[in-house]
Amino acid sequence: MKKGRVWKYGDNVNTDVIFPGKYTYSILEPEEMSRHALEDLDPGFAQKVKPGDVIVAGRNFGCGSSREQAATCLKYAGVQAVVARSFARIFFRNAINQGLPVLQSEEAVESIEDGEEIEIDFIRGKIKTARGDFAFSPFPESVMGILEAGGLIPYTKKKLEGK
Amino acid sequence: MGKTFSEKILGLKAQKEVQAGEVVTVSPDYILSHDNSAAIIKEFRKLGVKDVMSTQKLVIILDHVVPAALEKYALNHKIIREFVSAQKIQNFFDIPSGICHQVFSENGFALPGKLILGADSHTTSYGAFGAFAAGIGRSEVATLWATDEIWLRVPETIKIEIEGELPAGVYAKDVILKIIGEEGADRANYKAVEFTGEAVKKFSLASRLVLANMAAEMGAKNGYFEPDEETLRWLKGRAKDKFKVISSDPDARYEAVLNYNISSLEPQVACPHTVDNVKPISEAEGKEFHQAVIGTCTNGRLEDLEIAARVLKGKKVHPNVRALIIPASRQEYLHALKKGILEILAEAGCVILNPGCGPCLGAHQGVLAPGEVALSTANRNFKGRMGSREAQIYLASPATVAASSIEGKITDPRKFL
Repeated sequence: MKKGRVWKYGDNVNTDVIFPGKYTYSILEPEEMSRHALEDLDPGFAQKVKPGDVIVAGRNFGCGSSREQAATCLKYAGVQAVVARSFARIFFRNAINQGLPVLQSEEAVESIEDGEEIEIDFIRGKIKTARGDFAFSPFPESVMGILEAGGLIPYTKKKLEGK
Repeated sequence: MGKTFSEKILGLKAQKEVQAGEVVTVSPDYILSHDNSAAIIKEFRKLGVKDVMSTQKLVIILDHVVPAALEKYALNHKIIREFVSAQKIQNFFDIPSGICHQVFSENGFALPGKLILGADSHTTSYGAFGAFAAGIGRSEVATLWATDEIWLRVPETIKIEIEGELPAGVYAKDVILKIIGEEGADRANYKAVEFTGEAVKKFSLASRLVLANMAAEMGAKNGYFEPDEETLRWLKGRAKDKFKVISSDPDARYEAVLNYNISSLEPQVACPHTVDNVKPISEAEGKEFHQAVIGTCTNGRLEDLEIAARVLKGKKVHPNVRALIIPASRQEYLHALKKGILEILAEAGCVILNPGCGPCLGAHQGVLAPGEVALSTANRNFKGRMGSREAQIYLASPATVAASSIEGKITDPRKFL
């Protein structure tokens, strides 16, 4: 478990502001992607974010384009997890497939403030804050397997090798 | 209890009875990708598999930045062409073809009862033909190329019943903007949306595509129209494969049934910076803008270009406006050319661009400078989408964009018709 600073945002944070479309076909390296993370929402984020930090947001996080770089850029920027009231469907899948945990908790989002430090216990399904803990349902085994492997590609590779 | 279309088709594919909420492992009929195929190839290589498992299922269409605007795009296209050739992928459409969703449809891959997955969020479009079509990510497409298998959650379904008659000057785009404005950008998140009702049965396939395309903007996993005679007529001579129509049972269970009557609908405008920030034209009128876009996978078909030409015939684009016309595909471009539509639009002062995604995703062909305003027929108006994050994007129907281009400010198209 690692402590991380919270970056809090609102509802409908779309994939265009997470990773602008103009870079989608010209930037292919994850490290370079991370330098543009959240560029059109919070231009200072990419410079200031530290490994282990957590994004906390409102409803429909990751709506819009299916671009997987929206998840990739956050992961490579060091983001430990995204906690939101809800996630857009494709982003939710992409995040897990990139090995980036996405947690849904109304109560946690309601309580957590920008800039505070929190901890996440993935095994027990708890978000720990100074004001108490918030539970989230731990991931099913199959999803945990993908997260632990570091994403769908390494997970599938291992599975294919095992065959 | 009966079943919805989505429950039936995913059950058929999983070879068992399923209901909403269940997770199934399925194999799609077609797998779409576009310029992002270069990134998918990179992921595919990491899997340690030499060949694509079912090459006949792959449909690759170059459309996002065509022709290549920078060396990096050119290299991506080159990687894709080499892969297509090495893997002997038959369904490859190079840069002359047009926007993937239009090209995929025109070439008869979008068929009733097919399961189609694509590395593009607007893959939902093919629901216009009664297919189950959903967007997925790159890692998933790479995995599908290697294993031909994916898990999907069977979605709950929202039924949207649309009744009434479209008033003059009001179009499918206004209908879907109205619905998204009322319901919100995440109303259908993870869910299927079925469009039904007397009004949509009279819609052309081009108009149905507008609704299915923008179902994605309500968060929908897939959109659906029950195929009818019009669908079958449209598919005649195009269908790439045999198909079977799948329909929802009359007693299927819906998460919600929403009713809309469009008989007194006004033209609608989505204002910056979210697609659900929708206002009737009367509340958006007068906003000056710099760039008009008529095109994209939402509204770049012949029907749309014809409406724009009807409005712009004999008129001139306002000197403060750059009006870009982007036919959705080469086929639509040729139809518009032969009917004299492109001539009318060029005479009016429009810029006619080659079929493709154009400036919709901010990569080329008319990106916006800080402080600029665009009025577009596209499906997204997110901050920064068309270039500068300090630009603004408004969305409307082709008629509204054409009429507004004459006036240099957002204008009710009904006075030009």
